Amino acid sequence: MAEADRYEDVVRTRSDEKFAEFEDTGKGLWGRFHELLHTTPAIVPLIVLLAACVVFGLVLGSKFFSPFALTLILQQVQIVGVLAAAQALIILTAGIDLSVGAVAVLCSVIMGQVTFRYGVPAVLAVPIGLAFGTAIGAINGWLVSKVKLPPFIVTLGMWQIVLAVNYLYSANETIRAQDIEAQAPFLQFLGTKFNVGGAVFTLGVVLMLLLVLVLAYVLRSTAWGRHVYAVGDDPEAAQLAGVDRHKTIMSVYMLVGFICGLAGWVMIGRFGSVSPSATTGVIGNIQAITAVVIGGISLFGGRGSILGAFFGALIVGVFELGLRMAGADPQWTYLLIGVLIIAAVTVDQWIRKVTA
Amino acid sequence: MTSPVLEARGLVKRYGKVTALDHCDFDLMPGEILAVIGDNGAGKSTLIKALSGAIQPNAGEIFLEGKPVSFDSPNDARGEGIETVYQTLAMSPALSIADNMFMGRELRMPGFMGQYFRKLDRKRMEEFSRQKLSELGLMTIQNINQPVETLSGGQRQGVAVARAAAFGSRVVILDEPTAALGVKESRRVLDLIQEVRARGIPIILISHNMPHVFEVADRVHIHRLGKRLCVIDPKEHTMSDAVAYMTGAAVPEGVAEPA
Repeated sequence: MAEADRYEDVVRTRSDEKFAEFEDTGKGLWGRFHELLHTTPAIVPLIVLLAACVVFGLVLGSKFFSPFALTLILQQVQIVGVLAAAQALIILTAGIDLSVGAVAVLCSVIMGQVTFRYGVPAVLAVPIGLAFGTAIGAINGWLVSKVKLPPFIVTLGMWQIVLAVNYLYSANETIRAQDIEAQAPFLQFLGTKFNVGGAVFTLGVVLMLLLVLVLAYVLRSTAWGRHVYAVGDDPEAAQLAGVDRHKTIMSVYMLVGFICGLAGWVMIGRFGSVSPSATTGVIGNIQAITAVVIGGISLFGGRGSILGAFFGALIVGVFELGLRMAGADPQWTYLLIGVLIIAAVTVDQWIRKVTA
Repeated sequence: MTSPVLEARGLVKRYGKVTALDHCDFDLMPGEILAVIGDNGAGKSTLIKALSGAIQPNAGEIFLEGKPVSFDSPNDARGEGIETVYQTLAMSPALSIADNMFMGRELRMPGFMGQYFRKLDRKRMEEFSRQKLSELGLMTIQNINQPVETLSGGQRQGVAVARAAAFGSRVVILDEPTAALGVKESRRVLDLIQEVRARGIPIILISHNMPHVFEVADRVHIHRLGKRLCVIDPKEHTMSDAVAYMTGAAVPEGVAEPA
């Protein structure tokens, strides 16, 4: 090569300075805080949750800070908590699922109708309901992954379809709590209460807590969990790096369908009855998305943690109960939650910036 | 004469009426850096994608160390020890360096935890990533768990090259590795390429940057109109020759340019 062609060599001979060190260059306290949020985004909702508890505790005193009231919050959020866990999975893949609430209601209706209309034992009816939930999830996943439709559109359609099927199939008939209790108590199994020193837990609450912990572990510490994040972050890159995008998305949507089925079972435990017109079918999706967003999971996918979504659900629960105990107009709850949603997304945008 | 590590004969790839590869041949010799150059639309990306399994040719054969192979996906090629650094780098910005190094081939814990709980062996993966990065003279890493998006362009490229070098036991393919980099970063990546070659792994380098190509390549494959026009020795030709050949302004000796 001619001498004149080596014009770039000067860079090499003079480059004494280190080229690419991964060094922290004194970012100060604020920078460190930003970095902490960047790596563990669930901290923001945790701080908000604790702050809300402290404020309500100071204002309401022991009325709020009793084991009974605190566990009452858990009972009130159990359905939304389970749905939020499902929603969080979808949102991590940069999708959104508007059908979660409707699927939960349909699954509870299937569990009830299969028992009462066809005389199938309840122990079998529950897995049948869960299987239907998984199947609906599989249809959603297939449409998103193979037909490449936007998740918003797929689940908007599925939401309407599932709600309609729910009313058509059940003929809008509610199965009464007394009948279930007498003939198929297993359907209400998750409503079973037990008492630990004034704190009242239901098995539904335990299921929600276990679900969140298991999902947190799976997302953090297994290859599948890493793939969910990678696919949500940049699907093309994940695919080229060797992740099976289709398999990952299908498995997420199917798991979400299954979890929605679980939510349906939790609903029977919570309400005692099986009602096709339960409000979860209509607002469950929005409640779940709210919890996920407040929980700091990015709607653009690939960022956030399932614990955040759980904290998000709890924050909503704390606000609802606290404000009601304080005798405030329930509209204040909605107003504050609205503020929280916008604040959470603002914080997310800030966290997503690499440098503070 | 030694036989090629990676060889292609008569590759054809058509997209509708467009023929991107027109009975193209290709040879990569052991331990060499082979540059692939060509004008835009000459079909060099298509050639590389065919070799790395990202697309499937309509006709023709690929041989790896003399054995015929066919890749249905990039994973098949990876399984045979052919690693590609894509122009987009194929990294997940929000995930850590270690996560990205092992994306799609994670290590699980030995024993019970790994088998039944599928727990990842983070320590082993971090250790390995750290070792591979420093082996390539790539920086003193403070935190192997920092997200890739916090790295500079040159650092990211370095991690991508390290990933390919760590797992590419037979061939490493680099698609425009210096295109998005500054002068200093490009320099570093070129040094990295030579360090990978020094470990005996042959490299296919696709680049538009003539000085870079002429500096590191042992042979230059010039691609024109969907096929190999010629292979030149950069020591015996000038950059102007290469540009003339690839644009059709001149015809290399012994090649009959179709009318």
